[in-house]
Amino acid sequence: MRGQGFGFIAPLLVLMFVAFNAPIVYMLGLAFWEKGRGFTLQHYEGLLDAPVYLRVLGNTMRVALVATLANVVIGYPLALWMRGLSNRGRMIALSLVVLPFWVSILVRTYAWIVVLGNGGLVNRALQWSGLTDAPVSFLYNELGVTIGMANVLLPFLVLPLFAAMIRIDDRLLQAAASLGAPPRTIFWKVFFPLTLPALAAGTLLVFILCLGFYVTPAILGGGRVPMISNLLDTLINQIPRWETAAAISTILLIVTLLIFAAYRRLDRKASA
Amino acid sequence: MSEIRLEGVTKRYGTFAAADNVDLAVAQGELVTILGPSGSGKTTLLSLIAGLNKPTSGRIFIGGRDVTDAPAQERNIGLVFQSYALFPHMTVLENVLFPLGVRKIGRAEADRLARDALKLVRLDGLENRRPSQLSGGQQQRVALARAVVFTPDILLLDEPLGALDRKLREELQVELKQLQRSLGVTTLLVTHDQEEALSLSDRIMVLDKGRTQQVAAPTEAYLKPANRFVAEFLGIANFVGLPDGGQALVRPERIRLSGSGAGKPARVVEAIYLGQMVRYHLSLDGEGARPMVAAAPFVGPAYATGERVMVSWDAADLWPVAK
Repeated sequence: MRGQGFGFIAPLLVLMFVAFNAPIVYMLGLAFWEKGRGFTLQHYEGLLDAPVYLRVLGNTMRVALVATLANVVIGYPLALWMRGLSNRGRMIALSLVVLPFWVSILVRTYAWIVVLGNGGLVNRALQWSGLTDAPVSFLYNELGVTIGMANVLLPFLVLPLFAAMIRIDDRLLQAAASLGAPPRTIFWKVFFPLTLPALAAGTLLVFILCLGFYVTPAILGGGRVPMISNLLDTLINQIPRWETAAAISTILLIVTLLIFAAYRRLDRKASA
Repeated sequence: MSEIRLEGVTKRYGTFAAADNVDLAVAQGELVTILGPSGSGKTTLLSLIAGLNKPTSGRIFIGGRDVTDAPAQERNIGLVFQSYALFPHMTVLENVLFPLGVRKIGRAEADRLARDALKLVRLDGLENRRPSQLSGGQQQRVALARAVVFTPDILLLDEPLGALDRKLREELQVELKQLQRSLGVTTLLVTHDQEEALSLSDRIMVLDKGRTQQVAAPTEAYLKPANRFVAEFLGIANFVGLPDGGQALVRPERIRLSGSGAGKPARVVEAIYLGQMVRYHLSLDGEGARPMVAAAPFVGPAYATGERVMVSWDAADLWPVAK
């Protein structure tokens, strides 16, 4: 069997190499290359010299972290609530969670402008209820970016978490109750530990996706919340300084790969 | 250690009654099995006693205390499921420690109790394994140790041996019986396996469609069933006509076969060798299609398929059963 059919996938492999792998290798090479001088680390030294780059990287990490945490705080109770529904209820809730996937990310992000703007739904509601006098600015700052990212990425956390939760046999929880455990103990000692691998895996997935997010920070941040993808856009399309962009990309890639390796380990544990 | 009493316990789902006006009294230290086909409501009954479910009406008493409205946590019941329901993320020892931790028993004392319980079920040495690393029989023993480690008032076992293969099941039946007797704990065991019920129980409660059919000692239930359902569910049942037009049960072991002599003439339709016994399917001359079944020890005379025999039984071995 081995080797058979290779002729059929060879064109696909070539396409993948030319269109996908080769550019990545080229980009990696670019970061270590100087015209006429050969191998160099000067682009990385350049990154260290200009603190703005590291600041953007740190900023990206922070926003990604906050958006991920927001996802966990919203997603875990949501998945838990969905587990308790009837089959029909679960189907409806699941469709509502997945629904955003079917709407263009651009449309969804602009929808947030309508909702969060100074004259938007939220601000009007806040002012009408007397909680604030002046509109709260949700847009063009980190808050808006975080809200938008948390919304877009929520399904990536809720779906694996929900899948793990419905796999937990009710009889385990009944056994714990019959052994004398109050509901709080049942949750923290039995239910939560059993969802932990899926929670960790989902959290890492969301965090990785946050790191490379472009559209939402660009629109909801209005250029005032520098994230790494937007920085890359500037470096490539406006300045242009491809070598610096390549060096930053390499760092992002390594960070992402490291997190992904952790994700794989957890995921394997979760499915074991 | 306590007795169990059910008074008119009923559980309805819509118009369907999973348990219909069930009364039962289990004495201190007694082992009673609830026997019935799937869907007879036996597991429902157990979950009502365990407090995992609330009865529609009726009262449940454990040790004289009315626990009908008490949550499962407060009933102090040892519960064992067919699926074991061991906590997969804990070791064997941690599983057995769980009910002790909940009861705030000191570390050293809890450790001693848990190790004793594991020794009782002959699992010492496997304390640090995960449930997934154990065989089905071992997992069920862990579940048993976990259910008795906190000296529960009563023990409830839901098809505890149902997932095990036959040989292991028979071994564990003996162990279970010995363990129950040495602990002296009042026990209710649910099963659909009539052999298990006959071999383990002090008394059997036969359940069908949510209703009690009979509560009796194994021999009585087997030889003197309350009705046709019990007669057929507890083993092979032959029915013979009575002079008054009624029907009577005669069990296969009570039927005598001989080559010649008194009795009814019959033909051997099938002779099935079962090791300890030979089971004969007999067609009585001039009677209906339903064959009569006789069981004879293998040491006696053997009859081949197609052979003609004389069939007889003692009148004392007949038990009248309503149609």
